[in-house]
Amino acid sequence: MISALWVMIGISLLLGAVLGYSSIKFKVEGNPLVEKIDAVLPQTQCGQCGYPGCKPYAEAIAKGEIGINKCPPGGEEGIQKLADLLGVEFQPFGEGAAPKGKAVAFIDEQTCIGCTLCIQACPVDAIAGAAKQMHTIIASECTGCELCLPPCPVDCITMESIGENITNWKWRHPVIIPIKVAA
Amino acid sequence: MRTLFAFHGGVHPPTHKDESTRTPIAQTPLPSKLVIPLSQHVGNRAVPIVQVGERVLKGQKIGRPEGKLSSAVHASTSGTVSAIDMQLVAHHSGLPDLCVTLIPDGKDEWIAHGGVDTKQTSHSELRHLLRKAGVVGLGGAVFPSDLKTDAHHHKIKTLVINGAECEPYITCDDMLMRERATDILRGAGILRELLHAEEVLIGIEDNKPEAIAAMQLAVGQDKHDKMEVLSVPTMYPSGGAKQLIRILTGIEVAAGVRSTEMGVQCFNVATAYTVWRALAHGEPLLSRIVTVTGNVSDAQNFDVLIGTPLDELVALAGSKPDTDRHIMGGPMMGVDLPAGTVGITKATNCIIESSPKLFPPQPPALPCIRCTRCTDVCPAELQPQDLYWFAKANNFGKTQEFHLFDCIECGACAYVCPSNIPLVQYYRYAKSEIHERERDKKAADLARERHEYRQLRIERDKQEKAEKLAQKEREAAAKAAQAAATPDDTQQRLIEEALARAKAQAAVAHPQNTETLTPGQSAEIAAIEARRAKIREMAADAGADDEPPKSH
Repeated sequence: MISALWVMIGISLLLGAVLGYSSIKFKVEGNPLVEKIDAVLPQTQCGQCGYPGCKPYAEAIAKGEIGINKCPPGGEEGIQKLADLLGVEFQPFGEGAAPKGKAVAFIDEQTCIGCTLCIQACPVDAIAGAAKQMHTIIASECTGCELCLPPCPVDCITMESIGENITNWKWRHPVIIPIKVAA
Repeated sequence: MRTLFAFHGGVHPPTHKDESTRTPIAQTPLPSKLVIPLSQHVGNRAVPIVQVGERVLKGQKIGRPEGKLSSAVHASTSGTVSAIDMQLVAHHSGLPDLCVTLIPDGKDEWIAHGGVDTKQTSHSELRHLLRKAGVVGLGGAVFPSDLKTDAHHHKIKTLVINGAECEPYITCDDMLMRERATDILRGAGILRELLHAEEVLIGIEDNKPEAIAAMQLAVGQDKHDKMEVLSVPTMYPSGGAKQLIRILTGIEVAAGVRSTEMGVQCFNVATAYTVWRALAHGEPLLSRIVTVTGNVSDAQNFDVLIGTPLDELVALAGSKPDTDRHIMGGPMMGVDLPAGTVGITKATNCIIESSPKLFPPQPPALPCIRCTRCTDVCPAELQPQDLYWFAKANNFGKTQEFHLFDCIECGACAYVCPSNIPLVQYYRYAKSEIHERERDKKAADLARERHEYRQLRIERDKQEKAEKLAQKEREAAAKAAQAAATPDDTQQRLIEEALARAKAQAAVAHPQNTETLTPGQSAEIAAIEARRAKIREMAADAGADDEPPKSH
């Protein structure tokens, strides 16, 4: 009887020590779910979700503070991916949050006064320029977040939509002509 | 006799090759204009290096390759550049792309050019010449040949020259082999040298006996060593690179593996011919053989300048009025051309004039009955019915699991489908969706990296500023403490020292003007001084009379 008790105590101490050790040794830094959500988000850093960037939004989703339908640039497919990842229901976009087509900012260089306000606003450093020097957008880095539009005092920035061209053209889903059923 | 192997599946569509092989290759007259697209190859679009209004010579480079994966574009004849703008091109999308429009002057005046001795020239130089000459694979993939001739340290045993030409209607390679076998083989010889390949196997489908005979004759005449012309059974798609490699060598090129890793490289016969013309004669790729067939009165092969408008070419073959569309390539894999104005490109091997009678519209698609006939014929040994199922449902992850990217889009599955499902369109749709997602992912990763770096930089700047401020404060405090600790006489001493320094400086800096005098000036001064003394004396004498002398 006593020996059995000792054996059980021994085992529990051993297992406890193993668990305690591994909780220190294999400690998970941060929330791994945030990384996974962040990987799904489109990284435009546009703030349309109400958070200052994609990572904060990912953190908020992970904490369950906000819905998964607040990211228009991600499109409905983005919502679907988040729903699959989190095991929740698909939520459609709310009013006025429909996704727009892809676009890049364009600075009218004749009007630009070189105030650097847009450079400070750009979340991905996609604007080149300096004080009292003309600014220009590095189109390949621009995410189309539109954050540079409001600070411009002379309204010289416009969004140019990226139309369909021969390099980004896609095959369409084949349209199947429905067979007419004889009346 | 070499044993040949078989690939899985394949179909036997009616070949329709006799119509266009009755007459030899015809030379086309100079067209009224040339519309030369700057993107006729796999990779980056060439950058135009001519101006509108500039006169160019035949063979002059008008587009320079941009980046590694790119190729040069040349003026096909002499004339004036009339426009560099977006024009409709031969592409599935029917969208415009950048083209150079050239108005020929009729002189067909060559730029100075000449070949090199390929035996004396280094391999890297030869590759560079191929790139400069705009040589790309003419079998349809238009991949820059200079890159394909670099085996990347893989030991190449076999060079396969592809003369199978398995797709119905197309006969351009057939006619080229019949008429220009010698140059093809010489080109193949250079390619063998570049790849250090041991043997050359030339695969030709057995429905082209004339071409096989001509090639075998040329091999004998030129005494090419270890070069063999092999007749392969007619079966679509035996002309696919992987399929022909399988037939000739028995090697199966696995998914995601390049054939060079397995010791084989494959070139089309027309590419070999162009390689010879480019290196031995210095002629860039300016023209190619194009089969014009289908709904025409005189189906025939033409040697066509790159950029020749489609309308002018098909008129030469007598295009019939009931033609409703133009197909570039064959009926299995061809592209519907958006307009008659598009220019012939390096990829144009065949133009089929189509009429509703020749190619009746596809009957409506019925549901898939999972008969697996497509699986039976798939040369890539895929499961087309499953790929269709997942592509239709936008389940792209699953399509990749079922090896969608091994699909060569040959169309054999759609050819046998009893439900008339446009299967290849589904695969192309899935492929381009997957490509777009990959592009988006790359862009997102880049944006994340840049954003994170920006956050880091802002944080670092803030910290640096705070540190600087703290440093300044510390310094000020230290100064105040020092001032409090030192007695006042130090300051007094400092002031005295400064005054002394100033005095010394003033003495050194301003020498008196009496120190350096000429003898004349000295004499003058002495005279003046004497006069003054005299006056003073006189004044003293006079003063003594008026008032009493001052006491000192």
